[in-house]
Parts: sequence; C-alpha cells; structure tokens
Amino acid sequence: MSNSVKFRLNGAEMTYTENPAMRLLDALREGYLLTGTKCGCKEGECGACSVIVNGQLYNSCLVAMGSLEGAEVMTIEGFSKTERFAVLEKAYQEVSAVQCGFCIPGMVLASECLLASNPHPTEEEIRVGISGNLCRCTGYNSIVAAVGIAAQKGEGLW
Amino acid sequence: MKTISKAVPKLDHYEKISGAAKYVCDLPTKGMLFGRMLRSTEARAKFGNITLPELPEGYFFYDKNDVPGVNKVQIVLDDTPVFAEGIVEYIGDPIGLLVGSDERVVNQLLKQIQVEYEVLEPVFDPRESKESFFNVNIDKGNIAEAFANADKVYEEKFHTGLQEQAYLETNGLIAEYVDGKMTIRGSLQCPYYVFGAVAQAMGLENENVRIVQDVTGGGFGGKEDYPSVLACQAAVAAYHSKKPVRIVFDRHEDMIATSKRHPSYCTYRVAIKDKKVIGMDIDVLYDAGAYTTLSLVVLQRGVIGAAGIYNVPNLKVRGEARKTNIVPSGAFRGFGGPQTFFAVEMMMTHIAKDLGMDAVEFKLQNAAKQGDTTSTSGRYHFPVPIPAMTEDVLKASDYYNKKKVYQNQTGRYRRGIGASLVYHGCGFTGNGERDLIKAVVKLKKSKDGMVEVLTAGTDMGQGLFTTLNKIVSSTLEIPMEQVIVALPDTDMVPDSGPTVASRSIMSVGNLLMKAAKRLKEEWIDGEAQLIEQRYEHPDFMIPFDNDNFTGDAYPTFSWSVNVVEVEIDSLTGFIKVIGAWGCYDVGTPIDEQIVMGQMEGGFVQSLGYGMMEKMEAHNGWIRNSSFSDYIIPTAVEFENLHVMLHVVDYPNGPFGAKGAGELPNVGPAPATIDAIQNALDTTLNKAPFIAEDVMNFLREVK
Repeated sequence: MSNSVKFRLNGAEMTYTENPAMRLLDALREGYLLTGTKCGCKEGECGACSVIVNGQLYNSCLVAMGSLEGAEVMTIEGFSKTERFAVLEKAYQEVSAVQCGFCIPGMVLASECLLASNPHPTEEEIRVGISGNLCRCTGYNSIVAAVGIAAQKGEGLW
Repeated sequence: MKTISKAVPKLDHYEKISGAAKYVCDLPTKGMLFGRMLRSTEARAKFGNITLPELPEGYFFYDKNDVPGVNKVQIVLDDTPVFAEGIVEYIGDPIGLLVGSDERVVNQLLKQIQVEYEVLEPVFDPRESKESFFNVNIDKGNIAEAFANADKVYEEKFHTGLQEQAYLETNGLIAEYVDGKMTIRGSLQCPYYVFGAVAQAMGLENENVRIVQDVTGGGFGGKEDYPSVLACQAAVAAYHSKKPVRIVFDRHEDMIATSKRHPSYCTYRVAIKDKKVIGMDIDVLYDAGAYTTLSLVVLQRGVIGAAGIYNVPNLKVRGEARKTNIVPSGAFRGFGGPQTFFAVEMMMTHIAKDLGMDAVEFKLQNAAKQGDTTSTSGRYHFPVPIPAMTEDVLKASDYYNKKKVYQNQTGRYRRGIGASLVYHGCGFTGNGERDLIKAVVKLKKSKDGMVEVLTAGTDMGQGLFTTLNKIVSSTLEIPMEQVIVALPDTDMVPDSGPTVASRSIMSVGNLLMKAAKRLKEEWIDGEAQLIEQRYEHPDFMIPFDNDNFTGDAYPTFSWSVNVVEVEIDSLTGFIKVIGAWGCYDVGTPIDEQIVMGQMEGGFVQSLGYGMMEKMEAHNGWIRNSSFSDYIIPTAVEFENLHVMLHVVDYPNGPFGAKGAGELPNVGPAPATIDAIQNALDTTLNKAPFIAEDVMNFLREVK
C-alpha cells in the first residue's frame, strides 16, 4: 500500500507523503510555500483559493491532497509564466481591474478556465464564468471588461 | 479631461496579479507563535475562574493580568478592554489569548478551556437600552413655529440593519518584541491609530513602538479601529513570549468579532407647506454594540446628514448611540451617512407620493443650492451640481417613462424604478483635521533626484499609492518612476492622519501638492532635500462649534444621484436589479479609472446593503458568520451597472480633487428600496429588503 500521492504541481513532479486529508490550499501555502493562492473563507464560497486541477477550476480549500493522484495542478505561480497570463495581465491592467488584489489570482485562473472552454464569451458568459469568485472592491465591471479585452487580444491563444 | 485624470497602470498591479504580493498571511511563519482568542460565549456575564488544560511547553495563555500598560484600547474613548476585566459584554468579547507554535494544537487546546460565567441580563434592542453612549443634537431655526405653520405633518419610522465589510482578506497581523521595541505589521488602515493604542496598552515610549502596513486586502472601514484592538492583544503575547506572534482570523472569527455598520432606528416628523419642506424633527438612534469604539463620530455624520441634501430652514435632530450586548459596530465606508440618508430619502419619496408629485421633482424642489445653509448652519460654499447630475441620470435610465409604465401592475413579474440624491461630507467632521489630526507630510529627495513620498496613508486597494505618486510627480513635472510611495512604516513616515473619511486625496494629497510645489522651487540638482508640509485649515470655513454643533462640518461635499430599476418575481419574491445608474461628483478625478473602480465597487456594496446583505444577531449570536450565510454580490447580480462622473474642479483640492471613496456607499441602497416600493406599489421603511421580505409583504397584502 502506497502512502504517498504523486502529482504534478506547476509542471514539476511531486510526491506528497503527509496527511491525505490535508486541504490542497493548506498544502500549497504551508507546504510548498506558494502563497499566491489565497484563503478567503475555507468553505468554497469565495474562490480566492482557486487553482486549476486537470484543466478545471477548483476551490483548493475543498480538495483533499489524497484525491490528487496523477493530477496536474496549476497555481497562479505556474500560470503567471504563460503567454495566456501575459495577455490577461495586460488586459486587467488596461482597465485598472486590480484593487486590493486578494481575489485576483483566483479571478485570473477563473478567467483562464472560462476562456479555455469558451474563447469568445459574451458579457453574460463572462459574468457567469467568474461568479464563483467574490470580489468586494471592484463591483466586477472592470474585471468583466478585462476578460473581454483578453479574449480579443489573445485571439488564437485559447 | 485633465491630463492628470488619464489612467495610468496601478503601481501595485503586477505584484498583485502575479500572486507575488505578500499579505500578512503570506509571510514566512518559521519561529512564530500562532495566536487564537478565547472569546466569551455569553452576551453579558461576570466571569471568574478560567480553567486551562495543561499547556505543552512553548504554549502560553495571556489575559488582562498580563497587559503591562493600560488594559484599554485607545480609540475615541478608552472603554474597549484589551482583554475583558471580569465582565464580558458580547458574544465574542475577548477574554484571553492562547499562543503556540502549532496552529492546530492551539485550536484544540482552546476548546478545552473552561470559563465560569455568572450570566447577567443582556440588552439586544437599542430601543430598550438604558445605557446611552453619546448624544449629538442639532437645533436650527424654529421648529415649533414650522410645525404650527405646516399644511401637513408626516411622521414615519425607519430601520437599517447590520452590514459586514467583507473585505476578502480577513484581519490579521504579527507582533514582534525585540530589544525593547514592539513592532506590529499587518493588514491595517491607520498605522498611527495602532501606534497610539499599542504604546498605551504596553506602557512603551513612542520610540519603542513601530507599526508597518503590509499589503492590505480591502478595508472599507473594517480595518480602521479594529487593528488597534488586535495589535494590543498580539503585542501582549509577543512581549511575554519573546517570540513573534501571528494572529490571522478565519472568516467566522472575523465576522463575529470585528466591527460592522451600525444598525439604525430613525423617526422622522416633517412639516410641509406649499409642497416645500419647512421643518424636520428627527430622532436618530444608532446601535453601538458593547463598546463605544467609533460610535461618536459615526453618529455625528449620521446626524449631520439626517436632513439629506435638502434645504431645511427649521431642523431638530436628536441623535443618540446606545449600548447593546452585541459586537461593537464601527467604521464602514459611508460612516453613519448611509443610515440617515436611507431614512430621509425614503421619507421624501413617501411625502411626494402623498402630495401626488414625482419623488425626484419633489426632491429637486427642496434641494439645497450653493450659498444655502447646511444642517449645522454652515454654508454650501461650492456649486451643488445636483440638478444637472439628476438630468443626466434620469435620461440615461429613461426614468420618467419607466415610472409612468410601472403602475398598477398585477402580473407575476413587476418592475419598479427608484432614485436617490445624496452627498458625502469630505474629510473629518468639524475641526477634526485641525484639532485632532494635524497632518504632516514629507517629501525626501535623494542626491540622485529620487523623491520619496512620506505619509501614513495606506493603500488597501483604493489606489492611493498610485494617486499620491501622480499628484507629486505631476506637480514636480518628473516621471512617476522618479517618485517612490512605499507601504507606511511609522519609523519612517510622519503622522499624516488615518486613511479614512474620504480625506486622503483631498487633505493629504493637497499637502503633498504644496510640498511638491515648494520642492520644485527649491530643487537643487545633486543635493539631498527634505520638505515638510503641515495642515492649514481653509480660511473660508465657518468655525465649527462642537458644543452647539454649528458651523461648517465639512469644507465641501461630494454629490451623487442614483437610479435603480428592479424586476420582482411575485411568486418567489426574487428581486432582480435590471439596471443601475449613478452619477458622481468627486471633483477632478486624479485617475479616472481608479475613481470609476471606486464608484462601481461602492455602488455594488450599497446595492448589497439594500437588497441582499442581511446580518442578524439572534440573542447576541451573529447568525450570518460565513459567506454561506451572509451573501455578498457576485458578478451576476448587477450586470447592467452604469457609472458616470460629473467633473467640477474643487478649488482647494489637489488638481481640483475632493473626497471620493465613501460617496458611492450612500445612495444606491435607498434608490433600490425606492424601486422595490414602486414595483410593489407601496411604501417601505427598512433596509435591507430581501426576497423573504417581498414574500412576507405579498402574503400580508393578500
């Protein structure tokens, strides 16, 4: 019986041997020192801890480490090295969509997952796509605009 | 648009979006102790013995007996204890602090602590409370005569509930005591508030206290006074344990233990003659909660705004903040304004309805103009652009046509449209800037020409570092890259006052502009230079008399007009906002996109206050202590949200700017409730008004 979990984290092979009930959120922040993933509520409501697991957006506070065998996990630290991030980053900057910033790493990953499944979303589809991520600062208009701009400027990337 | 208003990339953009920014919760924890508060489970009780489990080595418990200085947190009055002294006043009142190296062990040990309580009778309803914290009154003109001369007198009661700031980053900080010096760093709005509080509680000299702001994930008032409380508690533990102590709240603890928006109960009596308001007689009651914290100044703003934007020649306001045994309310963006503005805006719509007038017409007919006296017998010194702004918003929202159509509806889906006309007074109330704050800023130029901006101003997302940089670099006519604005550290920066009251750009920014003008004149290449600038009270202001509450409460006001359109499903009670429009006059925006972001964000918080965000204390327990139970807006609720700016230069602000941040939190909630009452063809008197309230209303009508 194996008591380790093998998975990929931002492209690197990892072998996890600690408590399998540990939240992915806590493992990322405390174990792997990847603090770009934020903790806002620890009950799957706010989306600040969003990460991408096997191409899907997850609240990492609701993912147990034991469930990650063979999984591909991407956090903001990994995503920020991609060309898609560069387009999203510029788009968010263009409309000053980053205020306190605490929701933003999760919001950017939600934007990525939305565009990956729907490269030309309508405004309504963008709103639904980021509705699992709470932002208390912006009122969302600028973030919605940013995702729209990224979809246009990143034509062909998604 | 002025050149300065053109948006620039925010200075903190990249570090935040890439996940590199370090909030206090992201700092390395090696060698630190984790702290968790022992909180009262009783709403009001004396407590005696505290029985601790056996604490492993390196785990410590601290309480009132361990506070080396004064066991009071310096806020406005010093009644908030660092740790409770024999009596607890609300569920969540801190009794002690348990610290240790493993957070999970700390949590387990905490559950084993037993406290002996002798339960006392609590008070939860401020209307039944016998303990008055503060009274603030206005007496202007001759109210008796006004009511004697009235054609008609209207009387109504209004209620608003608790609101939670719900910043995404919870309160948190780290205290460290090294070589006789206490350093606190973390998520906070007002470094010098924390500074004063820690010095007093720890009995330390000023030079032995240092406060540093870390990147802060939202504040909205919720990190104005509260970090002072938390800092004192953490400091006690760091002092005795000689180790850095980190306290970062989880969401539940943040929601039960930190300050909220004050619930309010207002009674309005309004005298009308010839369709004009000739007198208002108002009782304002704010539920302060268990300790006074910021209630005095919150109440003052509520009392001043109680007559709304209207020119009311005869005015009596009796404002009171009373004690109850729930978590203290404190600062929340808008700071006492949203409660009374809600009441007066609803009152005016109800009177208009009775007079057979459109509410907006009735409001405009009574609105104050430049030169009129304010509620405190001061003066509106500057233009009041309400009529032009109203025209813009009504046109954009097609208000009059919709109002005509949305009558006598009987189908399942019913629509309504509503409006509000409000202001927010810019800066501290009364003589606060002159007598209490006495702001100082500095510009420090190095030999190589880099200019450092030294203020205590904090950026918690509102973009202050970017805007202050723009003010200084534009004045000096140098690139933004040549100007540095860093996170404030009280070892480095002078006390330019707290980052509150929509004062930072107008007051601190103005001092910086003056300093930059001087530096420009005195600039010597290759030399290090230091410029200091101190606050000067505007000489046009009518002196404020704090005892009689008369004079100019604010140098100027920011104005806004809001329209909200809703569709109500009469089967489910569901309220859908189908359109929202706001026009804001904040002077010249220092950065148009930053201001738009502030207006949109505040607008959505206020829409939440109006129709979503319900927080109740049931027998003293905050029932809505998570994001599952306390629902804040997501991206889908308010998709048709339109903000416009009405730009008028404010001559005493930097580049024409005045207060901005709080303004959008005042008007949208009453506009929303106005829309809901229009859809339901009734008059409403409380906020929030949520789906459940719609269902109750429809049931009663049947």
